[in-house]
Amino acid sequence: MERRSLAFQIFIHVCALLLAIVVLAPVLWLFVMSISSTNDLIAKPLHWWPQDVDFSRYELLLATTSNSAGAAFISALLNSLKVAGMATLAAVAVAIPAAWAVSRTPDVTWSLYIVIATYMLPPVALAVPLYMALAALGLLNTVYGLAMVYLTILAPFTTWLLKSGLDNIPREIESAAMMDGARLDQVLRIITLPLAAPVMATAALFAFLLAWDEFFYALLFTSDQRAKTLTVAIADLAGGRVSDYGLIATAGVLAALPPVVIGLVMQRALISGLTGGGVKG
Amino acid sequence: MSQTWITTRAWLLMLPLLIVMIAVIGWPLVDTVRLSFTDARLIGTQGSFVGIENYAKLISSSNFQRALTITALFAVLSVTAEMVLGVLAALLLNQEFRGRTLLRALMILPWALPTVVNATLWRLIYNPEYGALNALLTQIGLLDTYRSWLGEPGTAMAALIIADCWKNFPLVALIALAALQAVPRDIMAASMVDGAGAWSRFRFVILPYLAGPLMVALVLRTIEAFKVFDIIWVMTRGGPANSTRTLSILVYQEAFSFQRAGSGASLALIVTLLVTILAVAYAALIRKSAGGTA
Repeated sequence: MERRSLAFQIFIHVCALLLAIVVLAPVLWLFVMSISSTNDLIAKPLHWWPQDVDFSRYELLLATTSNSAGAAFISALLNSLKVAGMATLAAVAVAIPAAWAVSRTPDVTWSLYIVIATYMLPPVALAVPLYMALAALGLLNTVYGLAMVYLTILAPFTTWLLKSGLDNIPREIESAAMMDGARLDQVLRIITLPLAAPVMATAALFAFLLAWDEFFYALLFTSDQRAKTLTVAIADLAGGRVSDYGLIATAGVLAALPPVVIGLVMQRALISGLTGGGVKG
Repeated sequence: MSQTWITTRAWLLMLPLLIVMIAVIGWPLVDTVRLSFTDARLIGTQGSFVGIENYAKLISSSNFQRALTITALFAVLSVTAEMVLGVLAALLLNQEFRGRTLLRALMILPWALPTVVNATLWRLIYNPEYGALNALLTQIGLLDTYRSWLGEPGTAMAALIIADCWKNFPLVALIALAALQAVPRDIMAASMVDGAGAWSRFRFVILPYLAGPLMVALVLRTIEAFKVFDIIWVMTRGGPANSTRTLSILVYQEAFSFQRAGSGASLALIVTLLVTILAVAYAALIRKSAGGTA
């Protein structure tokens, strides 16, 4: 290895510290706001750390007292869970057979590119007919309608991720089992799917995060507590007349918690998923 | 097993996906095309055929031209900043220093933060009365009086770009870092023995490894930036004085606020066309550069 001069070492450490501050400061500030009293937040000069640490907003938002801010938040949280959960299950269910077919049959691989190309479509290109269709079916403002719409994003994405994962499972194992007389469904159930379990878990988590993050369709297709998701509820808080900034921050922290935890735990899978699929081109 | 059966079986396995895709993507897209030639309202009237009137009106309207310029500006500036910062951060993270593993892990944070939460967070930071940015700049003496960062046309766009950039540059950094780790150490060592300076090492040894993954990141980020809606809706709703009204915001207003489904659809298709052109151009560029280095 190269021997580094002291000046270079110092330079690197200073830059690293700077980068750490840039990345961390806004997130930390979100958390500090959530535990600061309103007086601390509107003080001039601003208190960068609250005089009284105050976790009461977390209790407020997570309490189920009817007609409170908590009830609205909890229902949004549950709606997000339901919509993201249903959409993820449906996306993975249709993606597994399709991804396997595309991975093992070179003749039909071209169809994958059409599926991926739809990922480029701006949601606005589909929004008007989807709105009219949901209205006609009576599915506006329901979690089912929104979950269905989320398949526009989740289905192509999951198929693509699963396909790159399945490509790494040697097909020789499958052909060997076939030779021994196993039927296709047996091969998939006993050999391929267990081997693909980690890939499927990664794909499902990614799909869940995408749905959790979605805002545009949720804004259009939901209107009250029956279906409003967290992203819409937070945007409402941020854009409304709520004067308690700490409450907005608390809602933000709670909404960010699941994806942040998943992101930190899944770090490795995340990066290889992002680069693996891309580099192959 | 015959080849025909294998192909048929593949299509059968793909059937559920294809049905879903046709139902939620194919059909709506076709219907958007149909609507774009009508004067349909979002609720009520089916509308009648008006030919290319929607398109003609839109393309000549100053609202559209302004939104196009704003979208292009947002896309170019934010994506450029993200690429440059991302590569710089990756080069740094590839060095050895104490806490490197921790810092790499932290880079996931901005990426993992939901877009709406990120937008809300920055909206609070930019708050004209109690925001952290005003407080910080005043306390270190760079600012005399509090400013309304999102309320003035001069600063709103820059404020949005910074917020978008903060969320997205770490992802570029992680992609670039993964590519950097693929650079063989002996080639780096050899180039140093040969006396290559830092710049020529970057240009001739490192960059070829970075180019492919970075191009992919560039394509994806540009397309995303062109479609941008969430962060702008939450932070400014296209204001002040429409100075941050991008194409997607304009479509939303046209189709859903004013309920003009027909003209909204035609505008949405123009956006789609622009994104497609961008993607095709990039794809050609990638193929060309891949052919050049291989």
